[in-house]
Amino acid sequence: MDKNDTQATNNITGRVRSVLMAGVGGQGILRASDILCRVIMEAGLDVKKSEVHGMAQRGGCVTSHVRYGQKVYSPIERKGNVDILLAFEKLEALRYLDYLKHAGRIIVNEAEIYPPAVNLGAMTYPENAVDLVRHAFSTVMVVKGRELAAASGNIRTENTVLLGALSQWLDFDIAIWERVLKEAFHPKALDANLQAFHLGRDYREG
Amino acid sequence: MKVLMSGNEAIARGAYECGARFGAGYPGTPSTEILEEFSKYEGVYAEWAPNEKVALEVGIGAALAGAKALVTMKHVGVNVAADPLFTVSYTGTNGALVIVSADDPSLHSSQNEQDNRNYAKFAKLPMLEPADSAEAVRFVKIAFEISAAFDTPVFLRSTTRVSHSKSVVVTEAPVPYEDRTELRINPSKYVMVPAMARIRRVEVEKRLQALREFAENFPENRMEINNNAEVGIITAGMPYNYAKDVLPDCSYLKLGLVHPLPEKLIRKFASRVKRLHVIEELDPFLEEQIRAMGIEVTGKKIFPYTNEFDPGVIAGALMKKTGNAVELPEVAIPPRPPNLCPGCPHRGLFHVLGKMKTTFVAGDIGCYTLSFMKPLEGLHSCICMGASIGMAHGMSKALGEKGKGKVVGVIGDSTFIHSGITPLLNLAYNQGEAVIVICDNRTTAMTGMQEHPATGYTLQGIKAKEMDFQALATVLGIDSVRVIDPYDLKNTRIVMKEELSRSGSSLVVSRRSCVLFKRRYTETRKPLRVNVNKCIGCRNCLDLGCPPIAWRSFKDQPANAIIKNAKKQEGNSYIDADLCTGCTLCRQVCKVGAIEEVE
Repeated sequence: MDKNDTQATNNITGRVRSVLMAGVGGQGILRASDILCRVIMEAGLDVKKSEVHGMAQRGGCVTSHVRYGQKVYSPIERKGNVDILLAFEKLEALRYLDYLKHAGRIIVNEAEIYPPAVNLGAMTYPENAVDLVRHAFSTVMVVKGRELAAASGNIRTENTVLLGALSQWLDFDIAIWERVLKEAFHPKALDANLQAFHLGRDYREG
Repeated sequence: MKVLMSGNEAIARGAYECGARFGAGYPGTPSTEILEEFSKYEGVYAEWAPNEKVALEVGIGAALAGAKALVTMKHVGVNVAADPLFTVSYTGTNGALVIVSADDPSLHSSQNEQDNRNYAKFAKLPMLEPADSAEAVRFVKIAFEISAAFDTPVFLRSTTRVSHSKSVVVTEAPVPYEDRTELRINPSKYVMVPAMARIRRVEVEKRLQALREFAENFPENRMEINNNAEVGIITAGMPYNYAKDVLPDCSYLKLGLVHPLPEKLIRKFASRVKRLHVIEELDPFLEEQIRAMGIEVTGKKIFPYTNEFDPGVIAGALMKKTGNAVELPEVAIPPRPPNLCPGCPHRGLFHVLGKMKTTFVAGDIGCYTLSFMKPLEGLHSCICMGASIGMAHGMSKALGEKGKGKVVGVIGDSTFIHSGITPLLNLAYNQGEAVIVICDNRTTAMTGMQEHPATGYTLQGIKAKEMDFQALATVLGIDSVRVIDPYDLKNTRIVMKEELSRSGSSLVVSRRSCVLFKRRYTETRKPLRVNVNKCIGCRNCLDLGCPPIAWRSFKDQPANAIIKNAKKQEGNSYIDADLCTGCTLCRQVCKVGAIEEVE
């Protein structure tokens, strides 16, 4: 065998799964996807994540792709192939629906952040965003992130609430989640974030 | 230890682990975090230079003294550094010199999409290209080894997707640091006058030939052979990952070194498959060279020239079915472009400039470039770092009398230091009349608050001299120098009008620190709200394009809640107090005093 010659690895050792987080700059998406990645790593899987830090600091769309499995190549998922879309904002849920696969599942945070064209009155914010999502996909969880974050005692824990909700659909041990959360947050903010996570994890619609 | 690292963190880690302790660069997305992370390691000296040319020259000096130097920049930064680049290729590096070029396919945060692999060929330098963070760590180490072994600067090319993706890295302890620096004098190698450069020129070709031979047996030029595969894929960097996802059963030649190419290895690979695809983003850089070897490949005939790839792009080009499309709702989704932040000091200045409808505002690179958009529309060009001043001057000279009082050039503080000083000197020297404005927000805001020579601190947090814009302009020969606070709309308007009507050169420093800059921004202001009993729905405040301010049409309000204060009023404004920073610009443009502090 040549020095440059390696046998092609069989990468059918387990399907690669993907979560797409989408929202608006400032909502804590990058932090949330970092935590998810650490949980996946602790669970012994390969993981890659990707996002683009766009122009200027705030206000634009932010997405974070997380892909995991036995062996992951691409850090970004193609359209029509995402397993779970975690939308931090309703309009962003609509914007990235085309990334979901047919049997994909969606968590939508009950939040509205108006983009410039809506603020200026030039376009309207789709009122029935959640209905449109439900019409296209059968498994949709709508989370009142802000309310639950307020209940945790710290309004800034909305992203952790959503991670808790996401954890319902992922097969990772609660002990791993708690360990990673403890490492991720400053002791001062930890209690509220742990509570926020559990509020999201225990949340049931309706 | 197993850790999750971005490509940028990994490049910094690799440099540290292999004993590099010297770094220089200029911030630019997607390269910025490399030097920031590198600067935090123990024993490292790293600095932000005013621009990439200076950064490279600093790196060359360190390498000539025997250091292992890391120089970082974004793709367009290499244009700025190109002058020393082409000649350091002749002199070689003595110590070791690795230049990171972070390219930006898809122009996520750039003004162009140039493929800097061309620089490697052009300057006759080796270039490595990692595909993920683990490779980034490994390839930086190899880059330093090649640099030392072949006495050459080495490029490490990243792309936005490599730099800003995170993947698993196994960190190692750093090799013990060895100080190999000493003063060495060797004019025949380092004084590039024609007689000596001609000699070095020959050495460059010899070196390239030696590197070609090295490439043939370089383990990171890796064949992955599937004996049943008809199709072979030649690729490098991030596109390798995309291809592996879509085409797991093909054979691969994955190139770690994208310049120079291993011709024999490519021929051998070609002989083991029936058909060849070259999968590469942007230019047909590999494809053209492989074709020149007389090998038939499919490349840009089916894969796009523009934008970054993803697995879907590759699947689409090969007409493979991708995913299971569902029927999506038909609804107009309002776009969400990046915007100036609530409380951004640029907003006041560009509100004033945007209202001067007969004025051309030559713009530059920074957050403020966003003010070209509605509703501010206060900026009319953006070419490259520093272009605003030269362009404004040239336009004003060409227009002559017609342009009097009508041409402005705007430039950020960090951008001015990067490449605005020489054009300002030119304007003073050639008696220009364009008014230049430095949007001085006291930091390099757009790339995430990096220090520069006018912030008073270095990259590593050492207190430094703080360059004085007014004093500099005066010694350059600018006739009139004024300072304004862009939160004060009235004064901003007055000063701009005065300076535009003045003859001779003038510079206005529009000074207020970035609203996100924690060190400077200590003042907390009360958020504002709209008093609906006074609002007449004139939309003046909406013209600011400030994210917390929204229009509430009466059509969307319950009839009993509508309060009309003017005959033709169709709605009123609303301010989201959670987002408002209390900058008061909206209160200043409100003619009826409807905007007040939240108690």
